[in-house]
Amino acid sequence: MTAAELSERLASYLTRATGGAVAIAGLRQLPGGASRETWAFEAMLAGEPQPRRLVLRRDPGPTSVDSDRAHEFQILRAARASGVPVPEVYWLGDDPEALGARFFIMEYVAGETLARRLLRDAEYQHARGVMTAQLGAILARIHALDTTVQGLDFLAAPRAGRGAAQTEVERYEQLYRGLAPEPHPVIELALRWLETHLPAPGRETLVHGDFRIGNVLFDADGVRAILDWELAHRGDPLEDLGWMCVKAWRFGGPLPVGGVGERDELFAAYEQAGGGAVDPAAVHFWELFGNMKWAVICIAQARTFLDGGVASLELASLGRRTAEVEHELMRLID
Amino acid sequence: MQDRPTTVELLAAVRDFVTRDVVPTLDARRQFHARVAANVLAIVERELRDGDAQLREEWTRLRTLCAVAADRDGGPHDVDDDVPPADPATLRAAVVALNADLAARIRAGDADHGSFRAAVLHHLRATTDDKLRIANPGYLEEASR
Repeated sequence: MTAAELSERLASYLTRATGGAVAIAGLRQLPGGASRETWAFEAMLAGEPQPRRLVLRRDPGPTSVDSDRAHEFQILRAARASGVPVPEVYWLGDDPEALGARFFIMEYVAGETLARRLLRDAEYQHARGVMTAQLGAILARIHALDTTVQGLDFLAAPRAGRGAAQTEVERYEQLYRGLAPEPHPVIELALRWLETHLPAPGRETLVHGDFRIGNVLFDADGVRAILDWELAHRGDPLEDLGWMCVKAWRFGGPLPVGGVGERDELFAAYEQAGGGAVDPAAVHFWELFGNMKWAVICIAQARTFLDGGVASLELASLGRRTAEVEHELMRLID
Repeated sequence: MQDRPTTVELLAAVRDFVTRDVVPTLDARRQFHARVAANVLAIVERELRDGDAQLREEWTRLRTLCAVAADRDGGPHDVDDDVPPADPATLRAAVVALNADLAARIRAGDADHGSFRAAVLHHLRATTDDKLRIANPGYLEEASR
């Protein structure tokens, strides 16, 4: 579908959804996002004095990793109600016919997501200093969200009789075994390490599942919004802290938390905001898990390319990024 | 025999064209993808240069590991005068099969401790280093600092 065609269909969808004539302007695709498309546009709604700046999130086609725009829409709504900084969501496109794929429309929040800007631009020097503490405090708020009250009972939860850690390890092991076109002894070694180092089951909370630089919208003052909730599930809250420390999300920066902060600072901010005591050994487990998970996602993305589902050079090249993650796994495994 | 430029030299020429002439003419999103394309060409250049030698070394290390494992099992082994298959496709298939065998041993807990674990870790560190020498040498340099 061309941008012009999408713009036209978007206008007729919003006209139906709002019951008044809607004009669309300036539709443009935002960079990044291998597993879904993000478009920014302006909509002139009937009866409103100014155009609204909006964002469309749309599935690009069949993918290997589960994603469901309806669930992401509901999680964003619940998160906002609980004081987590996220864009306000407006319309959920239940009918995939309308725009050729499942989608929803939300508020446009101004800011930057590019890691290299955060790490290098002078404009974000202050943001670099405050971000780690902000992220710790936001995570504490995410983990305090009561999923039973908020109607998020569709979220995947740990399997009965197994802890959150075992459930997650088994989930990605299964994905790996189903998808990897060739054997990966390093991933095998990591899976074995994880299975023999499972942390004792603790609290079970909402887990963002992809809490990292790249999914954090920031400006000169630091965090503006947390994005990309499509991997949210119920589990061990420390999973999010470990994922935040995965090397891939440092984007070449020197420090373990997104390239900009120390682990101790993240943990202290999390505890101060009421997140509960942080066991660094358990976070280490989740950091190793996170690297295994990222390696499996790289393989899954490359597999999407290999199967001919999406002709994307970016997906293809992710197959060769697996080597970086395997190298990090070998560094973390003792 | 084909004339110069060689495959590697031709790929380098295409990569220079993409980086120098194409990238500056594109919008930000396509610039990103063109840089990904140039990077993929650089990977292919390095793999054409060093891929076969790496694969032979990986094959040799895996055969040695098999000998260690066979020693442990008390089974017979005879790998001393083995040489890796000359045909590239056969060599690749042989390494895949050896990796599947190693993966199965790790999964069964054979590499949980002891000298076999040490040998497996040593082999896999050498292998991941080699993979990075082709996929992203800058990453390896940074990580070794």
